[in-house]
Amino acid sequence: MLIDVHAHFLHDRTPRTDWRERNASRLRAGERVGITIHVASILGSWGATSPTYFPSLTDLRYGNDFLLGLQQRHPDRIRGYVAVNPNYTAESLGEIARCLDAGMIGIKLAASRRADDPLLDPICRLAAERDVPILHHVWQHRRRDWPGQEASDARELGALAARHPRVRFLLAHIGGGGDWLHSLHDLRPLANVFVDLSGSGVDGGMLEACLDAVGVERLLWGCDLTIETGWAKLRYLERLLPRDDVERVGWRNAAGLFPPGAFPSD
Amino acid sequence: MRVDVNAFLGAYPFRRVPGTSPGALLAAMDRVRIDEAWVTHLPGIFWRDPTEGNAWLLGVAKDMPRLRPVPAVHPGLADWPDVVRAAADARAPAVRADPTFYGIDPAGPAMRALATACAEADLPLALAVRLEDGRQRHPHDAAPELPAAAVRALVRSHARLRLLVTHADRPFVEEVHFGSTPAEAARIWWDICWIWGPPEDHLETLFGTVGAGRFVLGTGQPLRIPENADAKLDLLDLSTDDRAAVESGNARALAGR
Repeated sequence: MLIDVHAHFLHDRTPRTDWRERNASRLRAGERVGITIHVASILGSWGATSPTYFPSLTDLRYGNDFLLGLQQRHPDRIRGYVAVNPNYTAESLGEIARCLDAGMIGIKLAASRRADDPLLDPICRLAAERDVPILHHVWQHRRRDWPGQEASDARELGALAARHPRVRFLLAHIGGGGDWLHSLHDLRPLANVFVDLSGSGVDGGMLEACLDAVGVERLLWGCDLTIETGWAKLRYLERLLPRDDVERVGWRNAAGLFPPGAFPSD
Repeated sequence: MRVDVNAFLGAYPFRRVPGTSPGALLAAMDRVRIDEAWVTHLPGIFWRDPTEGNAWLLGVAKDMPRLRPVPAVHPGLADWPDVVRAAADARAPAVRADPTFYGIDPAGPAMRALATACAEADLPLALAVRLEDGRQRHPHDAAPELPAAAVRALVRSHARLRLLVTHADRPFVEEVHFGSTPAEAARIWWDICWIWGPPEDHLETLFGTVGAGRFVLGTGQPLRIPENADAKLDLLDLSTDDRAAVESGNARALAGR
């Protein structure tokens, strides 16, 4: 059993003409690595008709519907996060309810609004009510604003997590760019924030620092855009940790984070 | 036989990196079944005179033959031709220069002179595009990344120069490869450490467009975990011959062995 907690798929209304190949490649590589379940999100149109990190309602709905379709076609391989833009509060709450009712198992917040913004509170309350986790896009130690996103860092996600102690948060892609060490310092005391190990970064010392900061109990395995880096981290963890602990990172922690019955072995 | 053309020894100044001693590197090589590593003295890259790390590097390599030294050359220092000669005498597989860290023009007269000397000494010149992801670099780590234009300029500067370029991503490789004549492109070898695998499949694409013959196994360890290079090769459907070429044959050709 191996759960990738941070996956993405593309669709026919994205800028990528090779979307079918990329989706197929993810599933093919996943089979080789041994990924049992890809827990995925689609961020609207990925920039085609609204910005990736500021997706329009129309694009979000299309992307979420496409992902629901994938989940239905691959019930043994794919689960979905419902992606929403918290600038549209009422619509976000409706979309979350719709997609969770249809079988999605978590909520994806990209970078449409800072993580500590009060606009996220209604979404967190709904997450608590529905008992689903929130995967939040994070720029590890955001020192300035970056074009195209209103990215948050661990400190801002921590402020949100402190306001919603019943909600389980996934800090996205610790290897996805930025100063991961800064994030780990912030995460240490935040028991309801889990570290998603995905991202293209495979820095020497990063996994040891993650273990030191949050322990094996709060680490979650994932890939994001690069499956080879996920596989590399898994291989490294297999050398670093006893088998039981590798299983916790590889899937047991995730199984405890998502709603009961979300995965085949539950 | 598996050769890692991109490994480092010594401390990194901008964060703690485990496993930087020669013994630790050898243990990591054993872990991922690498027989030989071409090693750079990492702290020297940041020194005013990077060649001050060469004597230690050569000494380590003499004691540990699985580690092949890649001495640093700073072509802005007066006695740099001696360093190239010493590297050739030591049968180094390559020398390296990190012009943006030295604060010199990466395609300027000094680097072109170094390129000529390397070509005439039949010694490959190694260049790194970057050492870390630009988004995570220390606030004081401000050296620019190596521009693709500099690689094109250097490979054009001498008809026998052989270049090893590490830490390049797909757009960089494509820009240089297709911005060069076939004869020029045939004198450039790329390490795979920064090239993405699936689902974007950049490495697979490059093997199809540029050719597996231009790529060499490189890990960037211990700054990066070496399992990554292996994982991306394991995710490809490479022929046995192509895999062997990437893992060692192409490096041997690059080194002129």
